[in-house]
Amino acid sequence: MTDVILQMRHITKTFPGVTALDDVNLTVRRGEIHAICGENGAGKSTLMKVLSGVHPHGDYSGEITLDGEACRFANIRDSERLGIVIIHQELALCPNLSIAENIFLGNERAPGGVVNWNRTHAEAAELLHRVGLHENPATLAMDLGVGKQQLTEIAKALSKRVRLLILDEPTAALNDEDSAHLLDLLRGLRDQGITCVIISHKLNEIREIADTTTILRDGRTIETLDMSAGVTEDRIIAGMVGRDLEHRFPEHEPNIGDEVLRIEDWTVHSPTQHGRVVVQGANLSLRRGEIVGLAGLMGAGRTELAMSVFGRSYGIGISGRIFKDGREIRLKTVGDAIRHGIAYATEDRKRYGLNLIEDIKRNVSAAALNKLATHGWIHDNEEYRVADGFRAGMNIKAPNVAAVTGKLSGGNQQKVVLSKWLFTDADVLILDEPTRGIDVGAKYEIYSIINHMADQGKAVLVISSELPELIGVCDRVYAMSAGRITGQVTREQATPERLMQFMTKVKEQ
Amino acid sequence: MTSVGPTTGPATAVPVTASELAVTKAPDRFGGRLFSANLRQNGIYIAFALIIALFAFLTDGDLLAPQNISNLVVQNSYILILAIGMILIIIAGHIDLSAGSVVAVTGAISAVLMVNNDVPWPLAILITLICGGLIGAWQGYWVAYFGIPAFIVTLAGMLLFRALTLTVLGNQGIGPFPDEVRTIANGFMPTTLGNIGLGPLGGADLLTLLLGVAFIAGIVVTQWRSRAGRVRYGQVVEPTALFVTKLAIAAVVVMTVIVQLARFKNLPWVLVLLAALVLAYSLLTDRVVFGRHIYAIGGNLNAATLSGIKVKSVTFWLFVNMGVLASIAGIVFAGRLNQAGPTAGNGFELDAIAAAFIGGAAVQGGVGRVVGAITGGLIMGVINNGMSLIGAPSERVMLFKGLVLLAAVAFDVFAKRRAGTAR
Repeated sequence: MTDVILQMRHITKTFPGVTALDDVNLTVRRGEIHAICGENGAGKSTLMKVLSGVHPHGDYSGEITLDGEACRFANIRDSERLGIVIIHQELALCPNLSIAENIFLGNERAPGGVVNWNRTHAEAAELLHRVGLHENPATLAMDLGVGKQQLTEIAKALSKRVRLLILDEPTAALNDEDSAHLLDLLRGLRDQGITCVIISHKLNEIREIADTTTILRDGRTIETLDMSAGVTEDRIIAGMVGRDLEHRFPEHEPNIGDEVLRIEDWTVHSPTQHGRVVVQGANLSLRRGEIVGLAGLMGAGRTELAMSVFGRSYGIGISGRIFKDGREIRLKTVGDAIRHGIAYATEDRKRYGLNLIEDIKRNVSAAALNKLATHGWIHDNEEYRVADGFRAGMNIKAPNVAAVTGKLSGGNQQKVVLSKWLFTDADVLILDEPTRGIDVGAKYEIYSIINHMADQGKAVLVISSELPELIGVCDRVYAMSAGRITGQVTREQATPERLMQFMTKVKEQ
Repeated sequence: MTSVGPTTGPATAVPVTASELAVTKAPDRFGGRLFSANLRQNGIYIAFALIIALFAFLTDGDLLAPQNISNLVVQNSYILILAIGMILIIIAGHIDLSAGSVVAVTGAISAVLMVNNDVPWPLAILITLICGGLIGAWQGYWVAYFGIPAFIVTLAGMLLFRALTLTVLGNQGIGPFPDEVRTIANGFMPTTLGNIGLGPLGGADLLTLLLGVAFIAGIVVTQWRSRAGRVRYGQVVEPTALFVTKLAIAAVVVMTVIVQLARFKNLPWVLVLLAALVLAYSLLTDRVVFGRHIYAIGGNLNAATLSGIKVKSVTFWLFVNMGVLASIAGIVFAGRLNQAGPTAGNGFELDAIAAAFIGGAAVQGGVGRVVGAITGGLIMGVINNGMSLIGAPSERVMLFKGLVLLAAVAFDVFAKRRAGTAR
């Protein structure tokens, strides 16, 4: 069993301002199922993008050898030619094409440029049989459930004579039955000699299926575990969270007052996947001057919970009750939420938070323009003064507030977003991944701003994927898993291990 | 940018005033960008000046003759009115292909009311404007509340309202219009204060000249006060010399046009109408909450929604507004021809769209100014007019206009790419 199929050595990949991978090593043996674990942002997906050629050779440093030969992929086609196929978390099937067409997309059974449909369907049927999908190859992809789409993706990979199959969170969107089927299939493929690399958050699945597990943390390889030696979930968690002394947090003495917001029995359904419950029976309470964390892995339903509360910006079939200062309120629109003093700063600043082609002052005023206007008439000098006050107070680095936000750094953009919400006079601020994509120095500033908000008697709910951040900043932390709030810990009790246990807890069936 | 150490919290951050930063940083780091931004904003005006100079030269100055300037305004007024509504819709990220048909149907409605049914003209105009608003509400409903792309809704509207025009008119032209309506579309302000001699330029209408001077004085005073206000708030303003030069150029241009108009027949009423609309809509886009929301929606729909902006309502009212403006254009056009015809307004929407894009609107939305759209419309008007003066055949006029449109948008895309605007 020393036959190595893939070796990645000293892989380092940087994005502007962030080192995503720092000297990562990965060795995968032929015919094994190799799991990669790590917190969100640990660098798992980036590593797989390097491997599959999404980040071309030259964009990273280090070397990749497949079957002893050095690889320099310029794009995905190059890696696929050598039999490396990646299946992303967001499935990439064309909904209006049939299963067969999807399987052979870009790889058509078309001698001389004319598609041979008989051959296409016959080969597709054979592949579907291999993956255990009993569907007509002519069925449209949009008529398939997520589980079957996943199987179609695997069939597509098999059609490319895959040697190394990479699956990014393959079971995240699947129910238990489909997950079990998929895991069986992966075992079957392993027996046929196909090597699998699987990224997963579900530790029980990893324990069940993986032969080897590599743990990444903060863009570094932490360790590689041989799963045959009876590794426990706690052991994996210990590796994932580690001890992190690099992050530093400003000192803060909380001054906690009365309850300001309470959410009871909050349930939200997915607007895209019929019948899927995204948030189930969540209960949450925030007090004045309190910084509360919300931990959870990708897909746990944290953002969905926050956005559905924020004027039903997400989801359908929402039920539950919201109390503000002890009185029940109904928030049907974002305007309602803002009027009731609730603010939500999105996790995706560029897509949902800022108007990037406009300047700082117009972004700061966007959510509360009426405060600067009488009878609809804007006092633009007042707007400038207000925005400039935030620029100075938040230390937004720009020559003046007429600077276009699209040209600011991530940290400064985030300060503009926070200014916008502070200007609405909100007393409940929900901050979704407030430090994502921000360098360490600016993170410290954001933490200070959060503390400052709490000192002013505001309640702050911080959604974050970084456990040290939650533990370092929050007075209390809720954990979510699969749409449920699975636990809460106080600052004193909070340890990464404890939170991770709650975050990976799946309801026993 | 200096990195911030962990000791610099927001509470302890040293406030740096805008003027300090502007002095220390603006020239080296932002100087180049400032210039390119200015070029992008002002390029359209420079292009306009060049095109005027070109045709003034080619026509031996006929382009700028008193009667021709008057014609330029009157002939293009309805396109310019449409362009005002169109730029707002384009800023919000939509489009209106039905404007020409709405011009036709509202012209027809006004003709049926005034000519066939002898409805007094002020009432008839009011009813026509309401009809335009209802047409806009119809389209706005489908776009804003039903979620159909504006391209489709207004393409359907283009057919629907053309069909409605033919129905209302019974397939024939209706006219003539009452004198008052013809005057609005085609007429001039009466001479009330008599003429005044301007030396070698001959006689000119005194009232027109006085209105011109008052208009310029108004511009200067408001600009000066607005600048003084910004200075008082410690904002960065352009250097005094540049500011004065700009104002002087604007004053000379306006006064030249006014003098030429005064030498011909006074101010056309439609110019007064147009000036009022441009002023009102410029203020709407710059200074009114509703106008700001249009930019927010076009700039980033998601962010606007999550900022509590009533996206649907704003979109709806934008189309209502477009319908009302199209009905104004419809009345002006019908009044000018003295007849409401079945083919009225054919292709007007394309001219209005071209005006908006030549005037600096962005295809993705979020960018554009009313004055820009007007300038874009005038550029096309000058090309039409100048080329017909030199006797160019119509296919060459189209060719030139097409190239100008392409060049304008290509320049905008190029400038944006160079500026590296993240989008």
